[in-house]
Amino acid sequence: MSRKRENYEKSFLFRLKRWMDGEVDLLENGMETVPLPKRRRYQEVEEKLSSKSEKSASGRGELSSDREELLSGGKKRFSADAEEKALRIYRRIYQVMSVVLCLSIIFVLLWTIAYLPVFGNAGNPDNNEVSARYIEKGLQETGAVNIVTGMILDYRAFDTFGESCVLFIGSCCVMVLLKIEKGSKSKKNQERLAKSQDRLYEPKNDVILQKCACVLVPVILLFGIYIVLNGHLSPGGGFSGGAVIGSGLILYLNAFGFEKTERLFTEKTYRRITVSALTFYCLAKSYSFFTGANHLESGIPLGAPGDIISSGLILPLNICVGLVVACTMYAFYALFRKGGM
Amino acid sequence: MSFVQNLPFFSIIIAMFSGILSSVISGKKARNLSLFAIVVTTLMSGAVLAYCMRTGESYTYMMGHFPAPWGNEIRAGVLEGLTALLFGVVMLLAVIGGMHHTFRDVEEGKINQFFIMIDLMLSSLLALIYTNDLFTAYVFIEINTIAGCGLIMIRQKGHSFTAAIRYMIMSQLGSGLFLIGLSLLYDVTGHLLMSPAKEAVAAIESAGNYEIPMLVILALISVGLAIKSGLYPFHSWIPDTYGYATPTASAILSGLVSKGYIFLLIKIFYRVLGMETVLASRIVNVLFVFGLAGMIMGSVHAIFEKDTRRMIAYSSVAQIGYIYMGIGLGTREGMIAAIFHVFAHSATKALLFISAVGLYEVSGGKKDYRSLRGAGYRNPLAGIGFAAGSLSMVGFPMLSGFISKLLFATSALQSPRKMMVTLLVLAISTVLNAVYFLRLVITLYSTRKSDEAQSSGEVQSSDHAGTVKSGVQEGVAAQRWNLKISVACYIILNLILGLGSQPIIDAIARGLEMFG
Repeated sequence: MSRKRENYEKSFLFRLKRWMDGEVDLLENGMETVPLPKRRRYQEVEEKLSSKSEKSASGRGELSSDREELLSGGKKRFSADAEEKALRIYRRIYQVMSVVLCLSIIFVLLWTIAYLPVFGNAGNPDNNEVSARYIEKGLQETGAVNIVTGMILDYRAFDTFGESCVLFIGSCCVMVLLKIEKGSKSKKNQERLAKSQDRLYEPKNDVILQKCACVLVPVILLFGIYIVLNGHLSPGGGFSGGAVIGSGLILYLNAFGFEKTERLFTEKTYRRITVSALTFYCLAKSYSFFTGANHLESGIPLGAPGDIISSGLILPLNICVGLVVACTMYAFYALFRKGGM
Repeated sequence: MSFVQNLPFFSIIIAMFSGILSSVISGKKARNLSLFAIVVTTLMSGAVLAYCMRTGESYTYMMGHFPAPWGNEIRAGVLEGLTALLFGVVMLLAVIGGMHHTFRDVEEGKINQFFIMIDLMLSSLLALIYTNDLFTAYVFIEINTIAGCGLIMIRQKGHSFTAAIRYMIMSQLGSGLFLIGLSLLYDVTGHLLMSPAKEAVAAIESAGNYEIPMLVILALISVGLAIKSGLYPFHSWIPDTYGYATPTASAILSGLVSKGYIFLLIKIFYRVLGMETVLASRIVNVLFVFGLAGMIMGSVHAIFEKDTRRMIAYSSVAQIGYIYMGIGLGTREGMIAAIFHVFAHSATKALLFISAVGLYEVSGGKKDYRSLRGAGYRNPLAGIGFAAGSLSMVGFPMLSGFISKLLFATSALQSPRKMMVTLLVLAISTVLNAVYFLRLVITLYSTRKSDEAQSSGEVQSSDHAGTVKSGVQEGVAAQRWNLKISVACYIILNLILGLGSQPIIDAIARGLEMFG
């Protein structure tokens, strides 16, 4: 005989089951949650109906018009119900169709993979003169011990410039969407500005977090700087190092709040750093492209492979990319958090 | 190596650099910088075109110190120069024509962001035109997509957020399919640069290897770019996107962005996959059928639409259908007609969007097309511009749309199996176009008298007249030089494309020959 469990309602399984059925939030009581808004359309219809019935109740003596109004209200309610039902059916069909479509695309792609060359085979088409030269002459031509960095920042630097512009325009778009104009007088923006001070609702000065951050943030930042500076010597580079630096900054922000971070990092600093990094990248690479295409000597020494200061433009470009990535990550976080920096 | 050969690279870099600089300067300065960048790049494209016409051959330009299969490369020929020149002109006029609205619709602190989007959009379009490398194309598709989303949502009003999200989802789906196709292609050819990739594809074809992967690659690349350019069954983002963005953004998105992807698709067909492979795979027939469906359905949707700008947007669906129909014919003439229609449509659609703004301004800014009654008298130049654009879309002689319809019809005669259906659908679509465009034009030039007589008995008539009056006053204030210049130049551009079409068609033919 199975053991009868007392207060089953509080057990994890029961709550999981209810959550799966969509009845409640799994984190009930554990977190402050915002109540879901009622379905708007339905609500509107109901409000209209109730206001109408009130009106008709107040208008005495006009029985016939009352009846008409009530009737028409009933009709409306009926049509709203029918609409809801049609919508539900449509949604169901839509869900089924999209699953079928996804499965068929997955099937076609898997089927294609069966016909592709076997991964890692020496005779594959992609094992050709292109990769051979990268591997054999990469060190000599770019001066970078890390061939990947040599490829993305020297052989195919134009693509990488495009990629950093993708990051730049991405952060611009997020700024357009989320940044709140301090000076703007429109009511909506003022409301958003008031809401954005979310730190008011949080426990201030969490000691555990702050102590951990004190230990971790310097290490994380140093490690990020190390990855950026050694991008041409060891695995890593601007993109990965910049992400590490950015996460260090975000940790610092979480522990100590905006007031502290704004001492060293405001929107102005963000702009200056991003623009100067991208400008340097743009000018340096333009010079290199121009001399390369016109068969001129670029005159940038490659240095001894293995040294920190070597491999020509790769080190400064890595620093630029790292700065852009770190600033973009931090900016994303700050914008999502309070709509400004 | 002559100096002119550097210009494609310069134009891409100048556009990007001005975008980067715009983030630290004020809105007005950003506008001036942006206009400067567009003018300079357009002049450069013109010089490239002249150079390529004179020498009669295309050239590749090494981006860096490493030659072709190792480093990046861009390529310029007659067709690239011509497209870049035309896109530059259309973009310049769109920015000038919608300037007033840009400054009104966009929050003051964010105007420089708007021009960042414009600059980077220009650079990505130029890079898509000049690219000779598949991965470079993908990177700039990314920039183009994000800039497009930014241009739509920067209005921050009403439907523009929904429109931007729709655009983003559909466009990212297209980019994703394109990227999967690209990586499969790299797996079987081992090259990302276009010319060696084409050799590898030809070798694969002659050896008979990888039949199924090649088919899937073709399908993924075509469908990906078709979704991004809004071919019929994937058109659902078009009306929202074009209908709710700022006028400049609508003109640029409809006139240029979707055309950039079509140009890239044509370039990939010719320079990577090879036209024989594409024809053998019958993917063109699929594009042909969907193009035909788009020609009809886009017009039908437009007829039932009340909002003027959404109506113009649905007409874009039909016109994109025309272009894919031309590609789908599979002949050289069909391709020339399609490319000419790319030009004709980008000039005409931008004209329609910009002149529609001028008409709105004098009609109280309502969305319904019936509110435009008599607007042609209140803002004569915008009225003429709108009428010219509509007639061009319908296919009135002397205007660009007529030439492209003629080219489509003559090229259809050369592929016997598709002739009848092409001509039939062309005729039906023209009639449907005429239904809604002429309805609009007639509305523009019908007087308000009957309308007022009707409403005089009603209580609201005074109120109604009041709003109209204030609308008119606002409109008079808003009849600015920039809108006038823009509309006038668009009309001239349309006439140039319509009357002087022969040299352009010759240039397209030469450019296609250079594609190989």
